[in-house]
Amino acid sequence: MIPSSFEYHAPGTVAEAVALLKTHGEDAKILSGGHSLVPLMKLRFATPAVIIDINNIPGLDYVKEEGGMLKIGALAREVTLERSPIVAQKFPLIADVVKVIADPQVRNRATVAGNLAHGDPANDHPAVMLALGAEVELTGPNGTRTLPVSELFVDVLQTALAPDEVLTEIRVPIPPAGSGGAYYKIERKVGDFATIAVGSQVTLDSGGKVTAAGIGLTNAGGTPLKATEAEAYLVGKALDDATLKEAGRLAMECSDPSSDTRAPADYKKAMVQELTIRTLKRAAERARGGKA
Amino acid sequence: MSTHNVTVTVNGAEHSADVESRLLLVHLIRDVLRLTGTHVGCDTSNCGACTVLLDGVAVKSCTLFAVQANGKSITTVEGLAQNGTLHPMQAAFREHHGLQCGFCTPGMMLSAIAFLESNPDPTDEEIRWGISGNLCRCTGYQNIVTAAHRAAATMRART
Repeated sequence: MIPSSFEYHAPGTVAEAVALLKTHGEDAKILSGGHSLVPLMKLRFATPAVIIDINNIPGLDYVKEEGGMLKIGALAREVTLERSPIVAQKFPLIADVVKVIADPQVRNRATVAGNLAHGDPANDHPAVMLALGAEVELTGPNGTRTLPVSELFVDVLQTALAPDEVLTEIRVPIPPAGSGGAYYKIERKVGDFATIAVGSQVTLDSGGKVTAAGIGLTNAGGTPLKATEAEAYLVGKALDDATLKEAGRLAMECSDPSSDTRAPADYKKAMVQELTIRTLKRAAERARGGKA
Repeated sequence: MSTHNVTVTVNGAEHSADVESRLLLVHLIRDVLRLTGTHVGCDTSNCGACTVLLDGVAVKSCTLFAVQANGKSITTVEGLAQNGTLHPMQAAFREHHGLQCGFCTPGMMLSAIAFLESNPDPTDEEIRWGISGNLCRCTGYQNIVTAAHRAAATMRART
């Protein structure tokens, strides 16, 4: 219930936050939305000696379209995405996922960047960002670097962020015309982590054949997973039942979920296939201009 | 251990306290400010019994540190009634039996009030969505939804 003691800092700029991270290294954790971190601290699964609260840094809460990309700032809250017209129009996959993250109060505080930086395979945005081919901007003492999201997730609760780096921006390429996406999450109750979830994004040519596909899996292994074989398999094919089934099977094969109180592993694996099929179908419907 | 001075405006009144950085906002509200209408229900950020409005936005006060509220304004259930007159949400909960044990009720009402700010004329389905961060073990939610629906009508009539 009560976290262990920590030193608290509330820097006013990204540079200050980075300097604090450089000083304190692995003893420090960034506090943004805090709705993954603080629950862990309350159970004492996380006991950072230093907390660096970035919520007072101005200018980080944007969601905007720029240079053919959707750009999401470090402090953009889930609720901002929920209300964003750009997301509603161009990113049905993101619009889907935001609805199933936690609940309204959590979404008022939780940040998309934090959802990625926390490195929990149970968080929902990682699979979506993997499916969309997003990249992240990491800011450290030596400046910024860009990393594809596919290289961000290393192990459970471990990302490629260096101890002195802050995830300052997420960039998602605006999908071309003829694209659609969908996210399906099996959960025991509203607000729960996924028993298993899949996010799919496709682009179809005028003949209905797949020109690009992205498939991300939530809570299907130690890290968020990108079903690369299923994605490669789909290119050039029409999404008939046999193709969908095979894509689902390939996605299932790359998953490695564990049994837990939510469900046994074999159920989760079977559902990877089923949800891959359903999300691909829905994504294709939207790509063809079907109503959300 | 680091202690910090926190100044917050709660229900219109300014309060200042020196607190440990690890003090949860819900504990500042309950233990330091003695406003015990905000409840601690679950320990896992699920139940919403701790919901307050932070600068008008519904948040789970058990999942924020008090230091994060420095300089901000908070509304708790104690701040809903004005000059002895119940807030329309409180009146509706009473009239439509939207509570039994009352434990979830402060958080439930604050969530509903915040939800109505962005959707003043909701369907029952939308209300259920708007309060999906608040758990009730007693009522089965039906009367809560009815109460919120009626309160919405009252509040619309006033604007």
